[in-house]
Amino acid sequence: MTFPILSVITFTPLAAGLLILLIPAERKTEVRMVALAAGLFATLLSLFAYFGYDQALGGYQYMERYAWIPQFGITYFVGGDGLSLPLVLLTAVVMLTGVLISWGVDDRPREFFAFLFILATGVFGVFVALDLFHLFFFYEIAVFPMYLLIAIWGWVKTREYAAMKLTLYLFIGSVIALVGALAMFYAVRNFTGESTFDMLAISAAQQAGAFDFNVVLNNPFTGLPWLVTNFQKMAFPFVFFGFAVLGGIFPFHNWSPDGHVAAPTAVSMFHAGVLMKLGAFAALRVGVMLLPDGARFHAPWIVLLALVNVVYGAFIAMNQNDLKYMIGFSSVSHMGLVAMALTTLNLEGYTGAGLQMFSHGVMTALFFACVGMIYDRTHTRQMPELGGLAKKMPWVAVAFIIGGFTSMGMPGLSGFVAELPIFIGVWKAKALDVIGLPDWFATLAQQPWYFPLIAVIAAVSIVVTAAYVLRAVQRVFFGDLPAEFEHHVGDVTVLDKTALVILTSLMVVIGVYPAIIAPLVASAVRPVLALLGVQ
Amino acid sequence: MTTSTLSLSTLLPILPEIVLVLVAALVMTLDIIWPESRRRNLGFITAGGLALAAVVALIFSQPPAGTENALIFGGMMRNDALTFFFRLLFLFSGLIVALLSVDSPGVGRKGEYYAIVIGAVIGMNFMAAAGDLIMLYLAMETTSIALYLLAGFLREDDKSAESGLKYFLFGAFTSSVMLYGFSLLYGFTGKTNLYELSAALLGGSVPTAPLLVALLLVLVGFGFKVSAVPFHFWSPDVYEGAPTPITAFISVASKAAGFAVLVRVLLVVFPAVQSYWGPLVAVIAVFTMTLGNTLALAQRNIKRMLAYSSIAQAGYALIGLAAMSQAGITAIIFYLLMYTVTNLATFGVIILASRAIGSDEIADYAGLSRRSPGLALALMVGLLSLGGMPPLAGFFAKFFIFAAAVEAGQVWLAVIGVLNAIIGLYYYLTVLKVVYLFRSERDNQAIAIPRAYALALGLCALGVILIGTLAGPWFTWADAAAGSLF
Repeated sequence: MTFPILSVITFTPLAAGLLILLIPAERKTEVRMVALAAGLFATLLSLFAYFGYDQALGGYQYMERYAWIPQFGITYFVGGDGLSLPLVLLTAVVMLTGVLISWGVDDRPREFFAFLFILATGVFGVFVALDLFHLFFFYEIAVFPMYLLIAIWGWVKTREYAAMKLTLYLFIGSVIALVGALAMFYAVRNFTGESTFDMLAISAAQQAGAFDFNVVLNNPFTGLPWLVTNFQKMAFPFVFFGFAVLGGIFPFHNWSPDGHVAAPTAVSMFHAGVLMKLGAFAALRVGVMLLPDGARFHAPWIVLLALVNVVYGAFIAMNQNDLKYMIGFSSVSHMGLVAMALTTLNLEGYTGAGLQMFSHGVMTALFFACVGMIYDRTHTRQMPELGGLAKKMPWVAVAFIIGGFTSMGMPGLSGFVAELPIFIGVWKAKALDVIGLPDWFATLAQQPWYFPLIAVIAAVSIVVTAAYVLRAVQRVFFGDLPAEFEHHVGDVTVLDKTALVILTSLMVVIGVYPAIIAPLVASAVRPVLALLGVQ
Repeated sequence: MTTSTLSLSTLLPILPEIVLVLVAALVMTLDIIWPESRRRNLGFITAGGLALAAVVALIFSQPPAGTENALIFGGMMRNDALTFFFRLLFLFSGLIVALLSVDSPGVGRKGEYYAIVIGAVIGMNFMAAAGDLIMLYLAMETTSIALYLLAGFLREDDKSAESGLKYFLFGAFTSSVMLYGFSLLYGFTGKTNLYELSAALLGGSVPTAPLLVALLLVLVGFGFKVSAVPFHFWSPDVYEGAPTPITAFISVASKAAGFAVLVRVLLVVFPAVQSYWGPLVAVIAVFTMTLGNTLALAQRNIKRMLAYSSIAQAGYALIGLAAMSQAGITAIIFYLLMYTVTNLATFGVIILASRAIGSDEIADYAGLSRRSPGLALALMVGLLSLGGMPPLAGFFAKFFIFAAAVEAGQVWLAVIGVLNAIIGLYYYLTVLKVVYLFRSERDNQAIAIPRAYALALGLCALGVILIGTLAGPWFTWADAAAGSLF
């Protein structure tokens, strides 16, 4: 038997979390050391899995499968491909840097790290899941520790409100997706007579035609059918939006800036850096891959929602004085690009989506780390009250500026590598299936300028991004240092610097040498496109 | 079908109950012999006796394969997988309740208290086993009278006395209505055995309308036991006033026993009017869930909140009955297993915490996580499992229930259930917020956890996590129990 690397990665944080709970509460240093060790171990294993993936072979690798509840065909089934392995690595890196940055958490660090690590196990579990039930199981595990992490260690002013809002939004999203998933389960069972939650089997059944039937909804008052539609077209919105809530898609993005702002630094990093990718990833894995016809049908209008995300998020970000709110809305904007990329249904767009998930994860984790460091020392996040911090914290300033350039899509950094293919993808996208859409919209979506126009509008919003990022850099790091900061604000610790270096160098490495990740992502995207019937 | 000679082997199926009677007698005797200082051990002896009964059941009282020889004692009892499953469940709840009672003021050092708990367990075992209306009624009364006594056990305490009296009045009323229903069934067919009744009713000799009247009357009694709307009014007051270990006992074991007879009687006796009671149960489920959850939102007292929460939990379980399929019954049994273990863990925390805090108000739970991280964690496990979060038992339980509803074509019922689960999550999280977020003036006074409680809480919390992760074997077991009804 080969080494079960994905399972070990998944359960490393959980085991560390349980171990931490056994340490007496006073021994805070031991708690932190165990957390650090777990972070390092997970990162090393993820690197190993990442570089050990055989691209020539392709497909899912490192697969493990055990029966879980045989009566329902539920299995513990994991495997990694070019989409999931970078995200596993991202999670491990955010976990490691999150531990480094949370070294100063002094209020019940034991519980803090334990809950954070339970969350990390949930995230790993979703990224490597190949069984639909398995995916849901870990998805829920990733959601609920968030409540406690924000409510206990969050920003006093909004934490209770934000934590409850976030939890309820995500829980509602996940149960909506669950309804769609159960519908798929029963559709497959009716078709093949087999109970299975195995996504590969469901995908095979879909290709064999398990979902090629019509759903008829009757009007309860007249008893006449008011909606006759293909099963996939019906189920897709449930699954896609159920998960995309966590990806922050408009108009269900509302929980996310509040959640980001209220959360403590490491949790914001996890939340924006990794958790939002969970939503986009699951929407792709379950929504697009299992219901490709649904994706083809719904893409032309979902792209508009994503466009709202991109543009509206950028404009709102520009209006913020609170540094953390600015980054929160910037995340909404950048995750909008991922959602937009998912609607392109072509190689460029999907590769861009995979790259953007990774790039944005690193970038936004870096931003929140920087903001956390600034807030810890100045006790304010209001940009007008800050200034001249470059002198006091040069490392933070440099890291923030590099992150800012990544955010603007500057060549040589990972943002460019990710966003350029997305824009090309959107430009080249086409409405593939308009049967059943309202006539006026079908006509509109089929215009040759429809997608290019959206691409242009989205690309122009980059200018807005540049404006708010540069404004923030100028206000926070340059100008005059307010007198009250002169004495008590010092530089960040070595641990903080380590975290900044790790995150920054990832962005630079990918920007300079995209071949380290792009072909890997593309190798995972091609089978998805084959399912969609393009290419 | 039955044997007329009374050989020793015919007693094997009720050997666990015989052991229980002996344990009860032993506890009563020791109560007289022992001085006050040693009587704390009575709780451990009771727990040990219940564990012994469980072992005896596992060794000597396994049900025979197949259902041909399941009816025993002249058809009075049925020894099948369902009986066996519930018997172990009741023994487990009794064991945990005995451990949780050890240091409870007013009850922990009284032999008669433990003897009555054992009496209630015997009654419940026979409820799950009953194969005849007479047996069923006797078993239900044995259980109920024991529980009335236990609820009012703290005579000096007004709330406890009120609780006992209220419980008794409601119980006596509903049980007499149910008895009237039984008498109608006997009048229609001349039979009292559940399985003979079934055959007679399916024969079609009884017109539907009177049969439905009998069904409704019987449902009143069962509805009281499982605290389904509209027979739930007793539960918040009784839960609040009763000694907390007894609240835990009523909320899990008595409810599970109610479900055991409910599923057996409805599926065995009334298949003739299935098309009527199916939708009726669905409607009751909707009201039970929704009312329980919405009223729980407004509660300030944790015992009352859990009373409403347990009404809501009964509502989810009823969804499985409305599905009228084996998958549905399996889901109910799994749900009850989860609910028993989870609620015992939750109440275990509340017993300890409330005594240390001196209040049952949710607001006074502030700072619990600082005073006792272990208790706070156990409470989190319990409440999140009730809310249906993985990797805890409640997630699978809800999943099976909703899956059974979808499979039976009752998507609307599953959707209402899911919406209710969201409401439920809200108030469970609110309690956790108080526990973890707020501070109290006594933050640095640690709460000591006596060994009996540590054992009980540890068992339950471990159970919640095991059922929530390795659900396969438990599901197989529940499926086997459900299979004995089909």
